[in-house]
Amino acid sequence: MLKKRLIPKLLLKPMQFGSLTKLVLVTTVGFDKTINAGDPVSQAKIYEAQAADELIFINIDSENASHEKVIQILNKISEEIFMPITIGGGINSLNLIREYLKNGADKIAVNTYSFNNPDFIKEASDVFGAQCIVCSIDYKIEDSEAIVYINNGKTKTNKTLLVWAKECESLGAGELLITNIDHDGSHLGLDLAELKNVCNEVKIPVIASGGCGVAKHFIEGFEAGADAVSAGTYFCFKDQNPIQTRSHIANANIPIRLHQ
Amino acid sequence: MIGIIDYGMGNLLSVKNAVEYLGFDAEIVSHSNELHNFEKLILPGVGAFPDCINNLATKGFVSELQREVMENKKPILGICLGMQVMARIGNEVRRTEGLNWFDAEVELMKVSKKEFRIPHVGWAETFVKKHFIFEGIKSVPEFYFVHSFHMNCNNPEDVIATVNHDKDFTAAVANNNIIGCQFHPEKSQEFGLVVLKNFITRNFNA
Repeated sequence: MLKKRLIPKLLLKPMQFGSLTKLVLVTTVGFDKTINAGDPVSQAKIYEAQAADELIFINIDSENASHEKVIQILNKISEEIFMPITIGGGINSLNLIREYLKNGADKIAVNTYSFNNPDFIKEASDVFGAQCIVCSIDYKIEDSEAIVYINNGKTKTNKTLLVWAKECESLGAGELLITNIDHDGSHLGLDLAELKNVCNEVKIPVIASGGCGVAKHFIEGFEAGADAVSAGTYFCFKDQNPIQTRSHIANANIPIRLHQ
Repeated sequence: MIGIIDYGMGNLLSVKNAVEYLGFDAEIVSHSNELHNFEKLILPGVGAFPDCINNLATKGFVSELQREVMENKKPILGICLGMQVMARIGNEVRRTEGLNWFDAEVELMKVSKKEFRIPHVGWAETFVKKHFIFEGIKSVPEFYFVHSFHMNCNNPEDVIATVNHDKDFTAAVANNNIIGCQFHPEKSQEFGLVVLKNFITRNFNA
């Protein structure tokens, strides 16, 4: 029996320290305002000690942050952390995926490039297996329709969440990571209505993200059908940690791994 | 020294890091003629069955593995697809012959209810039989799985662990010096590290 998963999401952004550019951990509100949250490697170690189920790293400024810098971080992390790692942000070639996998990633989150080039999902899934490809989908509710946005929430598309989610599945995605941009960093809870819709329409696992502020929000997400719930702000700034959140979830009779 | 077989697929670094973290030496083996230098072998794997077997064959690993593992009885641990290719036949993409170390076929996991999603991704309670590879681990440990295909074994005695996902599926197999696990020990935190340690420290000649 599979356990439901709690997945801290670590957003990376380049920051200038004198003449040095360093990738730092940030959290975001509505994909816009970023708040510096520290060093990604040490934070990842804390999450591992708290028995998070997986980690997702997204390079949210892939235009300005070189993949080499992300790989350096990934390399350091995989020396000491023995849990599944997903990497995303600016993924636009099979070679890049190969590089990340070689350096310790298990899964790759794709978004903007694969939206513009859907065949890329199929190619990547054929080469690396469906289990390796996570389609990350960001959306906003507009006139009661869930509209997909790309370019880190900057560019509106003409597709609805449900249409694109089903397309991703048929192209060979292994999992979906769905985020309501307006819930991001809001502490208001997940967008349960859209989450339910997507879970009903696809057969692959769905990771829900955006808006978790209290343990109850995770429980609601699992009850709506999510296989995993991912959160950034929640784990970064509250005195909440995965161990406490886990106990709350277990108390609601949701199957979850308890700290060993 | 543990040899981690590199045939161009799989997260080799994580496996190597896990072995080294445990305090043992490991090397990535890219040439089949080096296999005999290692005491034990690990066969990782990510991707599709036919690609895996083709890559192993192209790099000369298939014949060398048959000699080292079947004739010289060198211990080997297959992980995920690395376990699946130990089967007689694989049915992913197309019907393909495997290494034929287990009388088994690799098939797509079939489930009857929507709540059981495929790929089978995440931490799952694993029902383990008494076997040295699980020594020192609680009776129903959680391991990390990520796969859509499963190894359907004809000899029940080859199966040393199962996982339930609507039905029971093979989670680990063993036959003397040959061990395979569907889950990823290198990604399963403490329990996974114990499995790796049990494989590395076991005296297979005793």
